[in-house]
Amino acid sequence: MGNEAIALGAMAAGVQVVCGYPGTPSTEVLETAAKRNPGHIYVEWSVNEKTAMEVAAGAAYAGARVLVTMKQVGLNVASDPLMCVNYVGVKGGLVVLVADDPGPISSQTEQDTRHFAEYARIPVLDPATPEQAYEMAGAAFALSEQLGTPVILRPTTRVCHACASIDAAPIPVPERPAGFKKNPDWVIFPRLSHAAKKKLFAREESLSRALSGSPFNTVRPGRGRLGVVCGGVSAAYVQDAMAILNADCPVFTVGTPYPFPAELAEEFLETVDAVLVFEELDPVLEDALVYLCGRRGLHTEILGKRTGHTITAGENSANLIAVQLAAFLGLPAPEVPEPGADAPALPVRPPILCAGCPHRASFYAVKQATKGMNAVYSGDIGCYTLGNAAPLNTTDTCLCMGAGISIPQGLERAGDDAVHIGFVGDSTFFHSGVTNVINAVYNKTPVVICILDNSTTAMTGHQPHPGIGRTVMGEVTAKISIEKILEAIGVDFLRVVDPLDQPAAVAAVRAAVEAGGVRCVIFRSPCVAIVKSHGRMQVRADCRRCGRCIRELGCPALSLEDGRAVIEPSLCTGCGLCAGVCPFGCIQEVEK
Amino acid sequence: MMNCLLCGVGGQGTVLASRVIAQTAMEAGEFARTAETIGMAQRGGCVVSHVRVGGGCASALIPLGQADVLIAFEPGEAVRCLPYLKAGGTVIVNPAAVQPVTAALSGGREDGAAMVDYLKKKAGRVIVVDGAAVCAACGSPKVLNTALLGAAAASGALGLTLEQTEKTLRARLPEKVHEMNVRALRLGAAAAGKE
Repeated sequence: MGNEAIALGAMAAGVQVVCGYPGTPSTEVLETAAKRNPGHIYVEWSVNEKTAMEVAAGAAYAGARVLVTMKQVGLNVASDPLMCVNYVGVKGGLVVLVADDPGPISSQTEQDTRHFAEYARIPVLDPATPEQAYEMAGAAFALSEQLGTPVILRPTTRVCHACASIDAAPIPVPERPAGFKKNPDWVIFPRLSHAAKKKLFAREESLSRALSGSPFNTVRPGRGRLGVVCGGVSAAYVQDAMAILNADCPVFTVGTPYPFPAELAEEFLETVDAVLVFEELDPVLEDALVYLCGRRGLHTEILGKRTGHTITAGENSANLIAVQLAAFLGLPAPEVPEPGADAPALPVRPPILCAGCPHRASFYAVKQATKGMNAVYSGDIGCYTLGNAAPLNTTDTCLCMGAGISIPQGLERAGDDAVHIGFVGDSTFFHSGVTNVINAVYNKTPVVICILDNSTTAMTGHQPHPGIGRTVMGEVTAKISIEKILEAIGVDFLRVVDPLDQPAAVAAVRAAVEAGGVRCVIFRSPCVAIVKSHGRMQVRADCRRCGRCIRELGCPALSLEDGRAVIEPSLCTGCGLCAGVCPFGCIQEVEK
Repeated sequence: MMNCLLCGVGGQGTVLASRVIAQTAMEAGEFARTAETIGMAQRGGCVVSHVRVGGGCASALIPLGQADVLIAFEPGEAVRCLPYLKAGGTVIVNPAAVQPVTAALSGGREDGAAMVDYLKKKAGRVIVVDGAAVCAACGSPKVLNTALLGAAAASGALGLTLEQTEKTLRARLPEKVHEMNVRALRLGAAAAGKE
């Protein structure tokens, strides 16, 4: 997998510290470093991306080679230390792995980390394939140490989650880092920042010139005066599209979007009259080319997202590029197979909570307890965002990590009469929820906060977190208690319930809604993917066909067969929520 | 160059199946690429894995109309992915529909048999593997992927043999499930012989 390749590339380059926070599509980089750790590498899941970036910076100050990993929205959380660390610089190589997510497939935004790199004036490498990601991981460390600043490696989902055959180099055991050497330059201060900014600006041009000779920026000669410029995974799609079209135009591939290899780009632009730019997310290469044309007085026409020739959101593909490229080159349009008009209606499958998921029980309990009330449910980032789906419909807002606790505070302060209920998961609570509870208590904002504690970071693939009592390396560590944190903050109401005990869960939420102040209910039940199932439920033959179980819960194990509810035995975990919902007692546990 | 697309519903085991095909090809000295659906769609959504064996492709994603084989864990997903299959390509399909919650909520039901009939009308060759029967015979709902792999290997469309596939499974899986999976592999292969 591309993510495994990045970890192996970093390990081959002698990485000594790896830290990060889980986030699709970046998660497996750190997991691989943990799994393949020969023993000399320190690996941690940090509590959030900002902390990870700071731990990484500290280790790099002391001379260690460090890899810090996150997804693109995680970089927003880590942007404070990132923006600053480039001014201060590093001693050991610091590679910031940020995975972007065109589509987006598993993210809130389609933001482009190449912009972030330019904004922070940090070089960025942009791999097209897993094998190139492997090469770039090593090159990023070399570049970081050569410049004394961090370097960003930015794969996208289709590189992260693609696999390729790679010959991996052996993993060396690096020498111990030199250790931290005291020097006033490690203290960011206006005078230092002024000088650093000048240096960063001046570096840009020489670095751009040097990168024009980088093996990651290539020109493939071809016939005609119409060319292609591409980067990232789109470079691979362009190759496959040219094979589909049997086309042979010149292609300039950019693997270092910032600093942009202007010299090489200018040479290329002089050989063509027009170029079509293929890239995902934002028109970064396109804008760099337009800028270059203006700066150097070139007359090459630059076509892409800004001119309506390529898509402005979503993923590219070989088929899509083949169609756009054929139009550009004046070739016959390629045939693209389409679904048959005579096909049966296709099933609609939005992602949903698993059968037996304790979050379904928690959401259902909150719904029952607030029935008939004007209640607004604010969600957060995790599996429980799926509480938005029918028939639960218990996610009215969702923004970013931690906002499930703070958005209700704003809604409350806007002064409507609704009951404001926020939801947050256990890993998200540690990531950025704690400060938001403090904010509510400090400012006396009355809200109900539901903490859905399934004892794991489920959506990203079950990573441990500070509440688990285990590190990524499998070591036993302190298990940090959510309720003790809440007690220390001084919330006005605190209950811990098992969501699968519906009567108790509903009663706890009712009591919370009736009480005043900042009220917290912890719903504690482990994720069904990490525990053995309780058993199995079945619908008795005398099912009255009322359909209530299906209408209320939306469990994927429940479906209708000739109007009768049936439970798919391979999916059911025996949580029993449906048995409590059936008004006729027709759902029972299968005897073991 | 051999392109194989695997499709199904999150949780059915498509990722392991695509890795087994790629690893088997690599053991046979071939270059392999794969791409899988990982993340939110794994929670009951549509999942697709691409496997490309042999050089000559730059990206891990199979272009439409270029898949030699479509291994479908679910018949509705097979129909959805049919535009990937090349003319005359092979479909290996498990006929049991995974009922979507959206259908149950609107009182409907996905008709797996209608999906299989459509596949038979459109694809070059369709091999139906009764996954539920194989799973029952092997005593585990988790061997559906192995059964489909067995049929795909036996069909010859993957360019890999049953023996090679079995060797990879033995290398990848814990020993206590070897017997069960080899059994599922053979039952799947038998289905390919019955087309």
